[in-house]
Amino acid sequence: MTLAVIGTYAVAFCLVVGAFFALVAAIGLLKLNGSMTRLHAPTKVGTVGIGALLLASMIHSYVYAEGSMHELLIIAFLFVTAPISANFIAKVNIHKRACDMPPSPRQDKTWSTLNVPEADLEIEETGTDQPR
Amino acid sequence: MMRALRWLLPHPFLTLLLVVVWTLLQNGISVGMVVFGVILGIVIPIGTAQWWPDRPGKIRVFRMLSYCLLVMWDILVANVQVAWIVLTKSNAAMRPAWVVVPLDLRQPEAITILAGTITLTPGTVSADLSDEGHSLLVHALDAPDPDAVRDDIKHRYERRLKEIFA
Repeated sequence: MTLAVIGTYAVAFCLVVGAFFALVAAIGLLKLNGSMTRLHAPTKVGTVGIGALLLASMIHSYVYAEGSMHELLIIAFLFVTAPISANFIAKVNIHKRACDMPPSPRQDKTWSTLNVPEADLEIEETGTDQPR
Repeated sequence: MMRALRWLLPHPFLTLLLVVVWTLLQNGISVGMVVFGVILGIVIPIGTAQWWPDRPGKIRVFRMLSYCLLVMWDILVANVQVAWIVLTKSNAAMRPAWVVVPLDLRQPEAITILAGTITLTPGTVSADLSDEGHSLLVHALDAPDPDAVRDDIKHRYERRLKEIFA
């Protein structure tokens, strides 16, 4: 067993794991039927799926070429940005009343997405920002 | 001396981060590029200082590292669990639920990290913050017992974050 052989197996293993989780996320996206439950599928690819694929790329570059650390940056940026897009989709769902409405918080008045300033209430009711 | 250092490095962590990111972007270590990274790491925080008026408070670095390892392990375990739920459970048997997590944390950085952790660990997505910032709204994919999810988040993540940002 040379290093190259072990490296090849490691790369193949990581690729299979990453592809499996990407497949599960795609199946989840198709199968789940609520707008909020469907949101859970992409958060999986963002972490382990992409992580395993990038790990495969890193191992490959170290075994067969000079080595590359770019992938760490991709993982770091993904981990920082993925929650924000998920948060935005969830906020849109709440805002458009596309899901079951959440229970009200215990200590405060309401959730910040539902906290519409009075000046904007008219837009909220008519659903348009055109002046009447 | 301290004031000069404070003026030169208004955000030491940001400087360090910029140097590391710059070196990683070059994909190889050479003296010239590290020096250039240090220059960028000093110039960018000074140039953007007026948008970062407050310094973030002190954090405990080693506890932060162990927290990162814990979160990575949880991401792995939870991924397998959620993949199992998605593949085997029918839609009718799933119990999606809203979970309201009352927050003891007050620092914006700590709440951001908690919300990000909740979203990254599969099965839960943090959806919203209450208007005064005292509770976090979390959506769980399959939670027969929403109170257990809330206690899990509070004990496993929030308690550790409180120690880190103490």
